[in-house]
Amino acid sequence: MGFLGEYIRTVYKSVASLLKGMKMTGYYFTHHKEIITQEYPDNRDTLILPERFRGEVVMPHTESNEHRCTGCTACELACPNGTIKIITKFEVSPEGKKKKAIDTFIYHLELCTMCNLCIVACPTDAIKMAQSFEHSVYKRADLTKVLNKPGSKLMEGVE
Amino acid sequence: MFSIEKISGVVHTWLASHLPARIALLSEFVIVGILMISLFAFLGLVLVFMERKVSAYMQIRLGPNRVGPKGIFQTLADTLKLILKEGLRPTGADKFLFNLAPYIVMMVAMLLMAPIPFARNVQIWDVNIGVLYISAISSISVIGILMAGWSSNNKYSLLGAMRSGAQIVSYELSAGLAILSIVILTGSLRVSDIVASQATGWWIFKGHIPALISFVIFIIAVTAETNRAPFDLAEAESELTAGFHTEYSGMQFALFFLAEYVNIFIVTAIGATLFLGGWMPFHIGGWEAFNHIMDFIPSSIWFFGKTFFLIFIIMWFRWTFPRLRIDQLLNLEWRYLLPIGLFNLLLMTVIGILGWHF
Repeated sequence: MGFLGEYIRTVYKSVASLLKGMKMTGYYFTHHKEIITQEYPDNRDTLILPERFRGEVVMPHTESNEHRCTGCTACELACPNGTIKIITKFEVSPEGKKKKAIDTFIYHLELCTMCNLCIVACPTDAIKMAQSFEHSVYKRADLTKVLNKPGSKLMEGVE
Repeated sequence: MFSIEKISGVVHTWLASHLPARIALLSEFVIVGILMISLFAFLGLVLVFMERKVSAYMQIRLGPNRVGPKGIFQTLADTLKLILKEGLRPTGADKFLFNLAPYIVMMVAMLLMAPIPFARNVQIWDVNIGVLYISAISSISVIGILMAGWSSNNKYSLLGAMRSGAQIVSYELSAGLAILSIVILTGSLRVSDIVASQATGWWIFKGHIPALISFVIFIIAVTAETNRAPFDLAEAESELTAGFHTEYSGMQFALFFLAEYVNIFIVTAIGATLFLGGWMPFHIGGWEAFNHIMDFIPSSIWFFGKTFFLIFIIMWFRWTFPRLRIDQLLNLEWRYLLPIGLFNLLLMTVIGILGWHF
């Protein structure tokens, strides 16, 4: 009888586990609110992207046109495929002290793999990943971007 | 009230009164043939769309939603694409068998349509060995599949066809045993007799638990026989690209695809006829008013409703369960379904002889 008991138990267990799976899909079939598909071009205005979505690297500026980039080139060194190129210059402060600052922050979107290593490497949180993803342009040169706005300055107190 | 029986009667009397008897019969053949082919095309369109929508909702997706309102014209557009596509044939393929195979598979599906009762007194051929005819003809489709696999001159196709052969041959037994248990209760192989015997209640209710077990075995076996997931290892996409129809394209591929869905319809229609009472309305003993309301629903709607319910269950299987390995597949058949089916048949015979069913 031991064999028969084992046999019936196997049948019972497998049927129960199959029904459990069918219950799950049955729930999804009847509950349409669970659908995760977003009808993209139609809902462009109300599109909600995940918080950690990586679209492109941007440098946030304040209203007084100040950024947080000190020009340390940590991001340039962290980038595995040479996406970032920072050109630095020396600014002379009113007291006559020389200080390193960025001249241009060049970002090659066409080379970027959105690996997020530059954002992790940045000591001053000057750059971050934006949620934009509609990157198609007509010329390849348009993908090479300068992230710091013209005339922008380093924010006070950021070293 | 709407009834296919009345319409066919009117057509028959009109033809008989206007044409000589022989030509009237011939034109009736032609009409039935055209109706069957259009039913095939309609089923292909509807079932493919239904499958895509069901699968989408089960996987928390939306499914086709661009062509027409809610995407209902999607399958129509797909068919148009397949018609316009070029049918390619590999150089090393056996030309004759390669071209013949899809038609054999399709023809089997057409032959199986004959004994199915679509509504009250609407049946193409009420043969007295109807159930035997169904199980005999349905095993021919494996020849078409083997033919396609062999003639394609492709390893994937051959492997898929061989798997399909092993699968259909073994699962035919369980399906046959499940059908037999109903034949024992009815005492007749004629499909119309089987339906008539369920006027007081469907066999799945009247036959106690053994009928329920045969129903479950039947559903599992026909899912395997139609090569659908979780038993779709004959055309397992991830291993064999598309199994026996890897090398087919255009309309020849469409015929295989159509035959798959028509076969699903046929086996579920047989299941609905044997276990769920075919076109018989749902009756509860003693509830006269309720039974009377149920009688008002046309019999064709009862038949198609039950069939589509079973189709939905088979689709539910497909989008829930993972694919079985070949050894698991044969284990399931020879170690579980067949012994249970045989024991169930014995139990059913006892019930039938002692008259324990309602």
